[in-house]
Amino acid sequence: MSRISKDQVKHVAHLARLAITEEETEMFTKQLDQIISFAEQLNELDTENVEPTSHVLDMKNVMREDIPQKGLPVEEVLKNAPDSKGGQIRVPSILD
Amino acid sequence: MSLFDHKVSELHQLLHKKELSVSDLVNESYERIGQVEDKVKSFLTLNEEKARSQAKELDEKIAKGEVKGNLFGMPIGVKDNIVTKNIRTTAGSKILENFDPIYDATVVQKLQDAETVTVGKLNMDEFAMGSSNENSAYQATRNPWNLEYVPGGSSGASAASVAAGEVLFSLGSDTGGSIRQPAAYCGVVGLKPTYGRVSRFGLIAFASSLDQIGPITNTVEDNAYLLEAISGIDPMDSTSANVQVPSFVNSLTGDIRGLKIAVPKEYLGEGVGEEARNSVLEALKVLEKLGATWEEVSLPHSKYALATYYLLSSSEASANLSRFDGVRYGYRTDNAANLIEMYKQTRAEGFGDEVKRRIMLGTFSLSSGYYDAYYKKAQKVRTLIKKDFEDVFQKYDVIVGPTTPTPAFKIGEKTSDPLTMYANDILTIPVNLAGVPGISVPCGFANGLPLGLQIIGRHFDESTIYRTAHAFEQATDFHKQKPQL
Repeated sequence: MSRISKDQVKHVAHLARLAITEEETEMFTKQLDQIISFAEQLNELDTENVEPTSHVLDMKNVMREDIPQKGLPVEEVLKNAPDSKGGQIRVPSILD
Repeated sequence: MSLFDHKVSELHQLLHKKELSVSDLVNESYERIGQVEDKVKSFLTLNEEKARSQAKELDEKIAKGEVKGNLFGMPIGVKDNIVTKNIRTTAGSKILENFDPIYDATVVQKLQDAETVTVGKLNMDEFAMGSSNENSAYQATRNPWNLEYVPGGSSGASAASVAAGEVLFSLGSDTGGSIRQPAAYCGVVGLKPTYGRVSRFGLIAFASSLDQIGPITNTVEDNAYLLEAISGIDPMDSTSANVQVPSFVNSLTGDIRGLKIAVPKEYLGEGVGEEARNSVLEALKVLEKLGATWEEVSLPHSKYALATYYLLSSSEASANLSRFDGVRYGYRTDNAANLIEMYKQTRAEGFGDEVKRRIMLGTFSLSSGYYDAYYKKAQKVRTLIKKDFEDVFQKYDVIVGPTTPTPAFKIGEKTSDPLTMYANDILTIPVNLAGVPGISVPCGFANGLPLGLQIIGRHFDESTIYRTAHAFEQATDFHKQKPQL
């Protein structure tokens, strides 16, 4: 049985803000299904009482002094922006 | 004979005695690039004009007797996911085709402090996702030992450029083997430092709990010099560790008497080729002769590392790559009527297939209803994998095995099936999951293609890895062989 459907793939693509074609939907459905079924071998392991690892070193919150510093110049910040106007980044309309 | 057949320490002496100039070194790089770059295709961007003028400035310093550190004037290549101020940085992706960074990564700043000369930016698999450099949006770098073969990845060009003599050394990054695997395939030395040893500020993030920047060099000694220069805590990277940086070069004593080596049976078993296995068994004989002892051990959760890695790294990547949305930098589509469509279309046009696949996998494993079954499960298995290493390091100083199951494969051979491609990394991935350091050093050839010996150490014990690797290198000739181009 397939572990992932085409509709799920379309939903995930929407969550990831990725436009995908019908052809890509087919391809990702097949490939993600393969990778996920491969990943299900992890279920062989009993991890009931195992703590998850998100960071390998034993580090707690890292604090620093709160010292005000100068920000980057606006021209620098906008240098790589695809579209800007009046010192601000411009994007297409948010509402239709 | 290339100038780059000399070690850093030898070149430094020549500069010091004014028998060599920085301009000579920089010339050597660009001349060699002129000769072989058509074949190898290492560079995405060259920094020739600035490098040559910097060389002149450094030569003036030599004239005034101001040669300082060991790396003064040494020509280096930098992987293209490490940002360089005013030098285009693409991470191998179309989405950053015209990206011109406004700051330097901490490692680049440290190289400037050490007065190295940046020759250019090196090709890579897009956002470091790949094992062959075939996932670059720009070009497929080739293996200098045989141009029909891949150089490995994702730091494929970082290894190929050193092997081809285009630069003296380079920086790569390693998330699941991306320094060690190409170093093995190209017959050079590559080290993934302990997680936290080197600042990632300015490294374009792939999987933040795994990524590390590290050196690729011709010799272990050069590697130790370069790691020393880039290591240390950084206020700009809260994951960089507050741990003293020792003199790694001082650890190269040549003496490994009494060293206790563990050889995991999983690293010589199923899925590992005859040639890789035999080269490691031969290497163990060399290490024994030098006074080390070895025993077989088990890292019982090794076979789960690949699945764990793909779930975790893809999940982290899906979050990290959300910043590429066409708003603040990078490519933006022309075909969108509103903001959401602009995001979706920009990302569809800007990312390649492998990057999309991993964003999809990661988004899926983090999504509501699947998080516990996939992402969290993988985090728990990671704990078990990490514990395997801790158990072995209770009793042994280093772990030794092959870097890769086979030598380099042919271009185009594995592009159709993602899972076959991923299997290249089965011996390097556990090291990233555990956060420990690992090196690959040349240990043999199979059909004219290099093989690598992987030496893995305890957290922050790069010194013992270097000592072992250096002793092995001094007792063998593999590192002296160069590809004919």
